[in-house]
Amino acid sequence: MIRVEALDLGYEGRLVLTGLNFQVDRGEFLGILGPNGSGKSTLLHALSGLLPPKKGRIIVKSEPLGGLPSRLRAQILAVVPQSTDVRFPFSCLEIVLMGRYPHRRRLGTLTDADLVWALKSMRRTTTAHLKERPIIEVSGGEGQRVVIARALAQDPEILLLDEATSSLDVRKKLEIFELLKFMSETRGLTVLCAMHDLNLAALYCRRLMFIKHGRVVVDGPTDQVFTPAILREVYETPMEVVRHPGHQRPYAVMLPLSPGTREDEAAMEALEAAQS
Amino acid sequence: MKESSLPADNLNRTVDLAEARSRHNLGARRFAVACLVLGLGLVASVVLATGIGRMDVGWGAIAAVVLSKLGFHTGALDRTTEVVIWGIRLSRVVLSGLVGASLATAGVIFQGLLLNPLADPFTLGVSTGAAFGVALLVMLGVGGSFLGLSPLPLGALAGALGAMAAVMLLSRESGRIRKETLILAGIVVSTFLAALISLIKSLDEESLSAIVFWIMGSFSGRGWIHVGFLLPYLAAGLALGAVYHRELDILALGEEQSHHLGVAVAAVRLKLLLGASLLTAGAVSVSGVIGFVGLVVPHLVRVLAGPSHGRLLALSAAAGALILIWADVLARTLLASGQELPVGVVSALLGGPFFFYLLKSRRSRGMW
Repeated sequence: MIRVEALDLGYEGRLVLTGLNFQVDRGEFLGILGPNGSGKSTLLHALSGLLPPKKGRIIVKSEPLGGLPSRLRAQILAVVPQSTDVRFPFSCLEIVLMGRYPHRRRLGTLTDADLVWALKSMRRTTTAHLKERPIIEVSGGEGQRVVIARALAQDPEILLLDEATSSLDVRKKLEIFELLKFMSETRGLTVLCAMHDLNLAALYCRRLMFIKHGRVVVDGPTDQVFTPAILREVYETPMEVVRHPGHQRPYAVMLPLSPGTREDEAAMEALEAAQS
Repeated sequence: MKESSLPADNLNRTVDLAEARSRHNLGARRFAVACLVLGLGLVASVVLATGIGRMDVGWGAIAAVVLSKLGFHTGALDRTTEVVIWGIRLSRVVLSGLVGASLATAGVIFQGLLLNPLADPFTLGVSTGAAFGVALLVMLGVGGSFLGLSPLPLGALAGALGAMAAVMLLSRESGRIRKETLILAGIVVSTFLAALISLIKSLDEESLSAIVFWIMGSFSGRGWIHVGFLLPYLAAGLALGAVYHRELDILALGEEQSHHLGVAVAAVRLKLLLGASLLTAGAVSVSGVIGFVGLVVPHLVRVLAGPSHGRLLALSAAAGALILIWADVLARTLLASGQELPVGVVSALLGGPFFFYLLKSRRSRGMW
């Protein structure tokens, strides 16, 4: 579905990610993990076609991503960005219907199929009750779910999510991930999501990719790579991985930081004392 | 997870669809009513505005003149009355309406495209750029008309595009156009070009009133030929707006999301900027710089019609026409001495306080 070859990514003169090589097949559910500033968002920017590669290639369905016409690309690939700031009082249904843009003809009217897609997507993200509400008046979490509904209305083959559930409560987070899992298992939707919540990733993603300092540290099936050693290396934080007795999925437990940081704190206090 | 456990998919197609459709149609019906009201208002305004003036012509004479021009035989008409009604008043009313429509729709496009509630042909310096283009051509002695087309609107278009490009460059910071500095850059460019226009006109030994004409805008002495100059630009600009109105909606979500939804952002933006510049250039080449119409009308219509740009464009065109027709009636009748005010003075006097009110009341509600 997606093939990345010898990819270097970055902005004006600054390389963020180097030497990326990986492939994601149809129906995979991939979590992209890594500390702040590791390049998760940069990778998703590139995969969505916003950021042209410095070097290397991104192939989507055996076509170079940059060569795909915009509408065709949006039929294959939908994106749920990190933040969505809308200033115009479009209703939530209007926002979701915008997801049908790549499928609609230029001067064509709204078809029943478009409406069905929009309504179904809103139902799936439990936002149907917001249809008539202006997007600028709904809460952050509701807005995020409306944008997820819009991405689903695009009827994509690949869905990219950048911290897309960060402002949702626990229940809503699980609902969205259940939905994504369902879509990937039964409809063959390929899901790539950059995320911070380790345990959510371990619970739903079948494959994890850890990024740090602009490189892929490890990439593999969740059961094999979600280990204390790897987590410790990536996040520089002591962690233990336990298997839940019920569902048998791994989950990470954070341990208090080693005394190193306390020494820093003592030094700061000394500095403050010296100042006064 | 099994399919059956997803209640979302048990969509009651017929009921939900019917509901969504009816809501959609409800909006459409409101829009149709608004169109009808504005359309009737426009027709009534054209007739009323034609009847108002220093010479009392009578409604019967207006009807007779219009009917005779439409090919109906209405018997002998007083020659003077006919010239006043057809050649002077009606042409001017129609022209002011078309200029109002041009400026208002240009404002809609600029505001949506640049995500800036203060953007309009005037604040972006595009109007003044167009006026500069015309002034330059006039100074160089290029004028006249060929087959009903004048080179002046082309000069205006070049000036408008040049000013637009300058403003974009000035407000660009590390590859992105900064919303905050856009209007600032517009004012800088506009002030500079206005000074250049004054300079050109002074060198050309024209009277001060001719300079004021370009900088404050006026329909004084304009006729059907100017309607002809403007029409192709209005038609082309409106067509671009109509074809790309859905993209304009999506672009209002910002560049990134538009990209994700499949809009070819750079190409579409260029076409829409061209459309708005065409509208501005056409308007300025026949009437000079008229401010506030492009700024206030879109805001006013947005309150009534919502943010959807297809409807916004249609209703703003009608409302802009209506407003500028009456602003021009005021401009030519306000002074007891019989002298004319530049219509730009009237539009600024009316639009300024009104815009202030809009800004205050809407900001408190956290939207545009």
